[in-house]
Amino acid sequence: MTSLPQTVDKKLGLVIDLDICVGCHACVVICKEWNTSSQASPLADVDAYGSEPSGAWLNRIHTFEITPPDAPAQIVHFPKSCLHCEDAPCVTVCPTGASYKRSEDGIVLVDESMCIGCGLCAWACPYGAREMDPVEKVMKKCTLCVDRIYNENLEEVDRVPACVRTCPANARHFGDFADPQSDVSQMVLQRGGFDLMPEMGTRPVNKYLPPRKKTCAELVAADVPVAGSFLGWLDRALERLG
Amino acid sequence: MHPAISVIFFTVISGAGFGGIFWIGAGLADGSPTIARFAVMLLSCSLAVAGLLASTLHLGHPERAWRAFSQWRSSWLSREGILAIACLIAFGTHALLWMTALAGMTIAGWLAAALALATVFATAMIYAQLKTVPLWNQWLTPPVYLAFALSSGFALVAAVSPAGYFLGLPTALTALALLVIAWALKLAWHLQGQVSTLAQRGSDTGTATGLGDLGKVRLFERPHTGENYLTKEMVHKIGRKHAAKLRLFSVLTAFASAGIVCLLVWLAALPNLVLALAALLQIAGLFVERWLFFAEAKHAVSLYYD
Amino acid sequence: MKTKEVAKRTGSHRLDTSPYVSDEIRQTTCYMCACRCGINVHIRDGKIRYIEGNRDHPVNRGVLCAKGSAGIMQQESPAKLRKPLLRTGERGEGKFREIEWEEALSLAASWLGEVREENPKKLAFFTGRDQSQSLTGWWAQQFGTPNFAAHGGFCSVNMAAAGIYTFGGAFWEFGASDFERAEMFMIFGVAEDHDSNPIKLGLSRLKARGKKIVAVNPVRTGYNAIADEWVGITPGTDGLFILSLIHVLLKEGKVDLDYLLRYTNAAWLVCGDEEAANFGLFLRDTEGNALIADRETGKVHSRKQKGIKPALQGRFATPSGENGVPVFELLARKYDDPRYSPQSTQAITGVSAAQTRRLAMEIAQAAFEREVVIDQPWTDLNGERHEKMIGRPVSFHAMRGISAHSNGFQTARALHLLQILIGSIDAPGGFRFKPPYPRPVSAQPKPHGRVCRASEPLPGPHLGFPEGPEDLLLEEDGVTPIRIDKAFSWDAPLSAHGLMHMVISNAHARDPYGVEVLFMYMANMAWNSSMNTSAVMTMLTDKDESGQYIIPKIIYSDAYASETVAFADLVLPDTTYLERHDAISLLDRPISEPDAVCDAIRWPVLEPDRDVLGFQSVLLDLGARLGLPGMANEDGSAKYKNYADYMVNHERRPGVGPLAGWRGADGNKNGRGEPNAHQIEEYIANGGFFREHVPPEAAYFKHANQHWQNFAISAGLQDKQHENIFQLYLEPLRKFQLAAEGKIEPQPPQTHRQRIIDCFDPLPNWYAPFEGDMVDSKMYPLHAITQRPAAMYHSWGSHNAWLRQIHGENAMHVPAAVCDDQGLKDGDWADVMSPHGQIRVQVKRMEAVNPRTLWTWNAIGKRSGAWTLDADAPEARKGFLLNHLISELLPEKGDGLRWSNSDPITGQAAWFDLKVRIVKSASQGEVTQPQFPAQQNPVPSRKGDVAYGGEQQK
Ligand SMILES: Nc1nc2c(c(=O)[nH]1)N[C@H]1C(S)=C(S)[C@@H](COP(=O)(O)OP(=O)(O)OC[C@H]3O[C@@H](n4cnc5c(=O)[nH]c(N)nc54)[C@H](O)[C@@H]3O)O[C@H]1N2
Ligand SMILES: Nc1nc2c(c(=O)[nH]1)N[C@H]1C(S)=C(S)[C@@H](COP(=O)(O)OP(=O)(O)OC[C@H]3O[C@@H](n4cnc5c(=O)[nH]c(N)nc54)[C@H](O)[C@@H]3O)O[C@H]1N2
Ligand code: SF4
Ligand code: SF4
Ligand code: SF4
Ligand code: SF4
Ligand code: SF4
Ligand SMILES: [Mo]
Repeated sequence: MTSLPQTVDKKLGLVIDLDICVGCHACVVICKEWNTSSQASPLADVDAYGSEPSGAWLNRIHTFEITPPDAPAQIVHFPKSCLHCEDAPCVTVCPTGASYKRSEDGIVLVDESMCIGCGLCAWACPYGAREMDPVEKVMKKCTLCVDRIYNENLEEVDRVPACVRTCPANARHFGDFADPQSDVSQMVLQRGGFDLMPEMGTRPVNKYLPPRKKTCAELVAADVPVAGSFLGWLDRALERLG
Repeated sequence: MHPAISVIFFTVISGAGFGGIFWIGAGLADGSPTIARFAVMLLSCSLAVAGLLASTLHLGHPERAWRAFSQWRSSWLSREGILAIACLIAFGTHALLWMTALAGMTIAGWLAAALALATVFATAMIYAQLKTVPLWNQWLTPPVYLAFALSSGFALVAAVSPAGYFLGLPTALTALALLVIAWALKLAWHLQGQVSTLAQRGSDTGTATGLGDLGKVRLFERPHTGENYLTKEMVHKIGRKHAAKLRLFSVLTAFASAGIVCLLVWLAALPNLVLALAALLQIAGLFVERWLFFAEAKHAVSLYYD
Repeated sequence: MKTKEVAKRTGSHRLDTSPYVSDEIRQTTCYMCACRCGINVHIRDGKIRYIEGNRDHPVNRGVLCAKGSAGIMQQESPAKLRKPLLRTGERGEGKFREIEWEEALSLAASWLGEVREENPKKLAFFTGRDQSQSLTGWWAQQFGTPNFAAHGGFCSVNMAAAGIYTFGGAFWEFGASDFERAEMFMIFGVAEDHDSNPIKLGLSRLKARGKKIVAVNPVRTGYNAIADEWVGITPGTDGLFILSLIHVLLKEGKVDLDYLLRYTNAAWLVCGDEEAANFGLFLRDTEGNALIADRETGKVHSRKQKGIKPALQGRFATPSGENGVPVFELLARKYDDPRYSPQSTQAITGVSAAQTRRLAMEIAQAAFEREVVIDQPWTDLNGERHEKMIGRPVSFHAMRGISAHSNGFQTARALHLLQILIGSIDAPGGFRFKPPYPRPVSAQPKPHGRVCRASEPLPGPHLGFPEGPEDLLLEEDGVTPIRIDKAFSWDAPLSAHGLMHMVISNAHARDPYGVEVLFMYMANMAWNSSMNTSAVMTMLTDKDESGQYIIPKIIYSDAYASETVAFADLVLPDTTYLERHDAISLLDRPISEPDAVCDAIRWPVLEPDRDVLGFQSVLLDLGARLGLPGMANEDGSAKYKNYADYMVNHERRPGVGPLAGWRGADGNKNGRGEPNAHQIEEYIANGGFFREHVPPEAAYFKHANQHWQNFAISAGLQDKQHENIFQLYLEPLRKFQLAAEGKIEPQPPQTHRQRIIDCFDPLPNWYAPFEGDMVDSKMYPLHAITQRPAAMYHSWGSHNAWLRQIHGENAMHVPAAVCDDQGLKDGDWADVMSPHGQIRVQVKRMEAVNPRTLWTWNAIGKRSGAWTLDADAPEARKGFLLNHLISELLPEKGDGLRWSNSDPITGQAAWFDLKVRIVKSASQGEVTQPQFPAQQNPVPSRKGDVAYGGEQQK
């Protein structure tokens, strides 16, 4: 049913902390690795060793450069995967019902067995979070690791998205945004978490935390040599040692 | 957006086909000799069908196409499919009743006509609904699709109708009028398109990243060094000059030349059959017009890729 | 409870939220880079289902980087070598025929045997990024050639040597920041480092505690992008910037005198009598103990004397009439000089006086006003008990950004001086030693190789730490280097890791002599690890009058079809890291954490599907065939079946072997104990690693901590106590100056004297990087450097279907200002010229970079045809190496000599001294330049798609 659920019991999603993401791509590759041999069809790569290698990935790191008016330019590494939007246009446009949003937890998924590979959902997504598999010819997207977070074959601690588990900088956090007390909700509250392209009206569940203000080299009184003779402080200091 | 041949072919050809079906249903071919009338019915119908088939070519899994009828409640693509089939059934009935000279043919005709319009409208809405592509996301998009379908369809059907007049107007003049209206709408669409941009809708790299208030934001490195599905499908680039040339071509063929043909037919009272040329010129030009419709459309995703 | 479950349906949709994962988890050690994280390899139907980080592992604590997660594609790579190869075509073409191992081994043994019987020197054995140096080094020692080293010389020896000489530890892998306690963290010249994951984990812990991170780096990406403050320094000037910080701290009196008096040579008296032969050396008593003065009595005593109040300034006369000045006064006077004031340094460093000064004050503030105190009594080596562990919580880290310059040794020394002045080395919140460190020079070997006789082992290890000219490896003439790489010669006296980057060009120039066999392992010397790559390829293919290759025989072990394979005569195909045994040994570059002694293993979690053998096993086999002591039994048979056998049964010292865990007949001894037949099973059962925690009372101040010494001895890390006095003033350097001044023997040739006098300052100093200094800065106004991409390990990922999508080509990042005045836009092609060469590259504009610095990602460019990639792969057409612009020799300076482009003290390759200019290319081409004829691959390439995992889905 590609109409969106009226209500969702949980709003599972990710918080991504742009203040600490070092752009290492760890989350990108583990995502590919977990998902390529999970229950869905593989995440394929065409011309893998050729002149135009290109594959399907569910998570990618962009890098942006920001030039503030009053400070040196800075680089921000910017991970992006499906934001599991509350008003997910990718779902409503789907003609087959392959795209759907779960009422249990709000996760947006594609049922590959129903997907005709028309690509319309990818057109409808403002964030580039859906990629057609070049070999399977079905639509691929972040599953929020729905096959990990409830997976009884994994240890309790490992029932989190692969990307969250692996991020060496701890820049990715998973939780329920419907619960105002959850870590993710609290982080968003305290750090001023924001939506991507709110003007698109998609109401993303995933939130991003802004980079903290960087100290720009504000001026302090230029170097005034301290008074007193050479090593004048030394004897006093030594005395204190006794 | 990447201009996929299959989709271009689909929108233009089935547009003409459903346009034809509309006019036949509306009785434009009523006076025509049986053979001609049969021919044009067959032609319109096959254009519509050919278009639909072409559209399945860009599907990853055409064998599952039937599933696309299920989501009419929310999906314009689904609706389009259903309407197209319904239209073809109605039109088939209309044809059958005509050949068997049974009653109700006119009703069936009008029904087919209505469904033809609805189908073209649904097609247009697939694009018009997309907030992610402001150029398409304007109220004028469906009117333009409808107008082009009606105009090209009319020329097609009129070509076989001997009647000099349709609904009290010189047939060729009507063809010309429809052409002018269509291009007038297209011009309006184009002008509105100039201001229906991501920037106008308040989207830029700043909002895409949410970092706009920190300073000027620009992409530094793409995620991967090579191309991917998104860059190929949605970050299509086309040179301004190139576009202008193509636009000129489409206007010259689909509007100017086609228009002149209609004019000649009207003034020099040439046989309506000559309007077939107008139809061909339109369709030829519309291929280019439709190519630009895609190629010039900027998708929100481009904000993450350039 | 792993049960295969049938797909459930939720609503109308097929979805199994609890799919079957894997049949088995095999825990081993990653080797997609040298960080050596613990991995869980999930096996399903005999194939890898997926690889994740091992949560219990000391190094990565469960996380895994991009490379580690791409291990599957390394294993799937078509570039894997399959069988020993014998060259059939010309060198460099890549034409080979596959041969059997027996043929390969007997051929290698005969080539090596001849050399060993005639002149072992004629073997140059260099082992690249070897993680088994305790084996390869021992093998070379038993073989008897002086010519052995791994990759350290072109990597980061400045970092290692400066640290060991100064305080008996080092950054790199020998220590770590106290991320839990630091109040301020300053990171110099790091993009990734070997401690890839640990540094990222550390940064996140600092962020979580809201502590300030300051990044000193010309480029503001990666770690530097997330730092709270960025110092966009001009390449090669860190030394001056650091000494400027020290200048401010000294003026403000912000130094930890108690720490200096206890743990350093600050109070030692330096001979102040210009005429004396020992001018600048420490004054010593008859037992050789350095002398210090009592600031109250003015009397001079041995430093061992208890109960005196050491003077830090003044001039004092010894009974024997000598007079000396305390080290501290010398250094204070030196850095008091206005040329170190922030105003005078800013023009050179590009760091404003204000920022320099403020940072100095922030360091002081954090160190002295936010000291951390741990309630943990401990006892120092003088038997004095301390109730608490008091720390100066400013932590520093640095890597190749400062070390890969010709002034890198002194720059690293300057940074260590800063750490020591504020008292933060192995203090809570500062820099911490990782076991087996600390290990001061006095506890390190001297270099061996002077005596080298046919068919005889060397008396000791090749690499070590000279304490003066007397320890150099020189021929009788006191000038000619003994080693092919000229390590431990006047060119590079303290080259503790050798100079692998000079081997091929020296062997080609037959200077100091030619070699017969060049035996290499795991180093892509014909490409990304060489300076002047194009010339190196010629050197490898050059023939002499007689039509013989100038380097007659090349044996090379690689696991993949790299560029270098094409230049070998005999290729020994290695296994992948998932198919072999390895020891990450405490005798080597260990994986310990500050709080725990650790080592680890690799074991075959997959069986090779090819006719390949682990290189270490091959080396042991060759050792046996050559009858090398310790590798062959009396009857000539092999002592060790294979590397696994060696790992368990080899003893380097009684009871001490490659692996420290589960020793003793019944596996209940750690560190010391007789071999345990089941040791490897124990490791496997324990996740592939061994960890023994350092007792809390030994956790800090290890350099002076009695508990640590006791623990280290019991753990087999050392056999006796080591005194470790931090060397603010480094006497060995002064000895080289004296030799250069003609005051002591042996003496360097005239040609070398001035540079030794200038550069070998016993107190850290800064001099302009050589190349930068020599070239006309109007012609070449810009710096050009490389950075490690987090998702690519040198050339290793070239053939990795996933990683090459992330980094398939590289651009030259050009500062906005330079773009504007050169009229360069993104995507333009530009020519970049150095005094040495020219390359054509694509341009990418950048603001967040030092305005005079170009940079690119390292080792992305590939030779066409290599790695079984299409000849027109983006790596070859759009990727490039900066190496073509970097010469292993400095530009001529008219003294008839060609100086190596290295640090004059350690021989560290000066990759980042490069100066260039950039102009828009006349013809806007399609490909980068230079291009090379495509090489053939000894293994079939693979066309088409990869869709991994499909077959595993049931
Ligand atoms: N992912 C990944 N990890 C790796 C490697 C890899 O290839 N890939 N390689 C491994 C190896 S072999 C090594 S040696 C280590 C090296 O680890 P790093 O030391 O991080 O190596 P580089 O990438 O060379 O980093 C040099 C950094 O110093 C900066 N820099 C250059 N010149 C100067 C200078 O004069 N002053 C300052 N302050 N900064 C400067 C550069 O901008 C760059 O950020 O990384 C290891 N880890
Ligand atoms: N311009 C520039 N050049 C640089 C640097 C720089 O910063 N800038 N950095 C320098 C530094 S620090 C270093 S360390 C060098 C690194 O450069 P290299 O020492 O060449 O190291 P890699 O290219 O990582 O790998 C060398 C070879 O190891 C092979 N290999 C991989 N796995 C295995 C295995 O399991 N067994 C065997 N037998 N072989 C294997 C690879 O196929 C490759 O051919 O590059 C140096 N070159
Ligand atoms: S793993 Fe973490 S730090 Fe690395 S790119 Fe992903 S989010 Fe950023
Ligand atoms: S991010 Fe895109 S794909 Fe994901 S839910 Fe939102 S619109 Fe759909
Ligand atoms: S591609 Fe698949 S999921 Fe996306 S809209 Fe089409 S059918 Fe639905
Ligand atoms: S949640 Fe799972 S699927 Fe989504 S990006 Fe992370 S790893 Fe990939
Ligand atoms: S840092 Fe990455 S590649 Fe290196 S050992 Fe750890 S996981 Fe493997
Ligand atoms: Mo290195």
